[in-house]
Amino acid sequence: MSHAENRYYIPHGSHWPIVGSIGLLLLMVGVSNWLNGHELGRWVMFGGVGIMIIMLTGWFGTVIAESQTGKYNSQVDISFRMGMYWFIFSEVMFFAAFFGALFYARNMSVPWLGGDSNNFFTNLLLWSGFESEWPTNGPGTIGGHFEPMGPIGLPLLNTAILLLSSVTVTIAHHALREKHRGVLKIFLAATFLLGFSFVYMQAFEYMEAYEHMNLTLGSGIYGSTFFMLTGFHGMHVTIGAIMLTIIWFRVVRGHFTPEHHFGFEAVAWYWHFVDVVWLCLYVFVYWL
Amino acid sequence: MSSTTHSAEHHDDHGPAKGIKRWLFTTNHKDIGTLYLIFSLTMFFIGGSMALVIRSELMMPGLQFVHPEFFNQMTTMHALIMVFGAVMPAFVGLANWMIPMMIGGPDMALPRMNNWSFWILPIAFGILLSTLFMNGGAPAGGWTMYPPLVLQTGNAFPFLVFSVHLMGISSIMGAINIIVTIMNMRAPGMSLLKMPMFVWTWLITAYLLIAVMPVLAGAVTMLLTDQFFGTSFFLAAGGGDPVMFQHIFWFFGHPEVYIMILPAFGVVSEIIPTFARKPLFGHDSMVYAASSIAFLSFIVWAHHMFTVGMPLTGQLFFMFSTMLIAVPTGVKVFNWMATMWKGSMSFETPMLFSLAFLFLFTIGGFSGLMLAIAPADVQYHDTYFVVAHFHYVLVPGSVFGIMAAAYYWLPKWTGVMYDEKLGKIHFWASAIFVNLTFFPMHFLGLAGMPRRIPDYSTQFADFNMMASIGAIGFGLSQLLFVYIIIKAARGNGVKATAEVWDNPRGLEWTVPSPAPYHTFENPPTIKE
Repeated sequence: MSHAENRYYIPHGSHWPIVGSIGLLLLMVGVSNWLNGHELGRWVMFGGVGIMIIMLTGWFGTVIAESQTGKYNSQVDISFRMGMYWFIFSEVMFFAAFFGALFYARNMSVPWLGGDSNNFFTNLLLWSGFESEWPTNGPGTIGGHFEPMGPIGLPLLNTAILLLSSVTVTIAHHALREKHRGVLKIFLAATFLLGFSFVYMQAFEYMEAYEHMNLTLGSGIYGSTFFMLTGFHGMHVTIGAIMLTIIWFRVVRGHFTPEHHFGFEAVAWYWHFVDVVWLCLYVFVYWL
Repeated sequence: MSSTTHSAEHHDDHGPAKGIKRWLFTTNHKDIGTLYLIFSLTMFFIGGSMALVIRSELMMPGLQFVHPEFFNQMTTMHALIMVFGAVMPAFVGLANWMIPMMIGGPDMALPRMNNWSFWILPIAFGILLSTLFMNGGAPAGGWTMYPPLVLQTGNAFPFLVFSVHLMGISSIMGAINIIVTIMNMRAPGMSLLKMPMFVWTWLITAYLLIAVMPVLAGAVTMLLTDQFFGTSFFLAAGGGDPVMFQHIFWFFGHPEVYIMILPAFGVVSEIIPTFARKPLFGHDSMVYAASSIAFLSFIVWAHHMFTVGMPLTGQLFFMFSTMLIAVPTGVKVFNWMATMWKGSMSFETPMLFSLAFLFLFTIGGFSGLMLAIAPADVQYHDTYFVVAHFHYVLVPGSVFGIMAAAYYWLPKWTGVMYDEKLGKIHFWASAIFVNLTFFPMHFLGLAGMPRRIPDYSTQFADFNMMASIGAIGFGLSQLLFVYIIIKAARGNGVKATAEVWDNPRGLEWTVPSPAPYHTFENPPTIKE
């Protein structure tokens, strides 16, 4: 343990966090002003996004360089693993809030508006004639008549795409461990291409919903939960696919060994996480 | 064990960088701990000034100093700043300073991220405080941000939402860092059940943070989309429900109150054994009790909303689960008392604060039990009784815990003893004024005075006058605290030994005072 070479690597000073904070400040202030109707806010927001991209590139670049020069011992590796694990858990809880909203609406608020439990008079006096059903845009038919998104067709195809990408990333991982770099490159590329095609299909689905089904973010509680859950999920798929692409470029550059490839594994974990979220989405948002 | 302290030889040892860069770019857990503590103290005074605006207005019936709208901004901002800006960062600062030293690790596990978790906070609170100067003023619908009221906030609304997001990001990164540090950076031989209680309570707190801060982020995101993007999460006409926000918010909010008290439990569990000169009674049962409290905190949230119209089964479930928390909390209180039983007690300032914590937090716990009784809560709900209850657990609870910790470890941080005489004056002034401020609020609440109202009926005048005098006294006493800290930080005082106190337990007392910039670069040997 007392070998200087095997010391836990502790960086001495870093300017990336403060750059990130400035980026976040511009981003948040920009978005807020934009939402308040100031056009200038949009440009401040873009400035913030730009700084965030520079920060992420620089920060990860530093970490990758340190990793490639062998600064990280196995204990540092464990720190990264645990950090990624708990980060994913925090993401699970973020989605849990929206799933909670969905379950609450379906099992509580909508039936109650329809007079369920002890809400007979709520229904009679406030929303007379409203019958509880799902999907719904509520007793006020907010957003007008809409068509719900069924489980067959595009969503089913997207499920297949994501499940397949989960298989390909696992094949890539096995190839990495068995030093088959060619197989690794092909299957990793297949994974992020599948990821991006998922996002493309979902954009297509959204256009279909907005243009032909009158299903929008404003379509009452159904539209709200549908677009928030699938939207945040789609955002995570996009981020995951970008990360997979970066990992692919690192593979091309010859990074990662069969023993040390935490960057690859972290992204693979993340990819499985968005996959599992999608399965929950498919069951509870599209199917049931 | 003292042979393990100096470990800097043959290593490219970096001291602190010069000037402002040291604080902007630092990855050192002690620097970051200091930043957190200074930030927290600053916020404590900003939030405290807002409390004094509230108490000045309430000193007498009628409207005298501020507009009711501004009064509501003060109650909302006071809460947000004290919860997210003062109490939570203070505990993270203590964790940063102490946890690596207590477990014999060289630093926090993810030092760069540690820097970022801190430097997001000034941004978040800069944004939040700037809302005071916006059209429509600062948020005024209460820190709980209940819709539809919060949706009437003016230009401040998106700033409120995003500052809460930033606080969440900071807390989640801080919590991840603390978990990874505790699980991965312990010296060989420091098994989990050998860890000091402060480390244990922080580990449990960090799990709570990671579990609930994202839920809060989700809740405020739904507020944002309801306001700007036409969603209907909290709109009954669209099939949503404003009460749903309360459920999601309090799923975060109840664990949040344990996030603010568990590290204080840890602090007093360190201090009482030192000044009773006995090991902590029932160390392992303390761990299990804290874990039980953390688990139960997830299934009690709706006791904050007994009056919204819940099914009877719901009321009963949340009533009984809430009362269940008294069992592990009782275990802790009894263990602290058993630690002191036949101990060789002395009463330095940290111990005084810890003893006050023990008595006054217990009072806050008991009033919590009263509030947990669903049928009775219908009477107490949204009255000053609730204000009295949560201020008893937060001020002489969490804040006294923080102050006890500051006095206990200040010699380790600065290398000199703080001024004991002034410390005792600070304690007695704080302890007397805190009771003068908050005890009368129990009576006000039971008599029916509602919260968050700038004016009141004349029958409440006497107790309000007492509370306001107490608040001003408490606020002024805290200036003494700052003076004591600055005096010690400038090295003005008796030089402290490595042990500081009389044979205290814990690795932090094996390193010199002040603690060197880097400690335990080679892991220490753990006794036993």
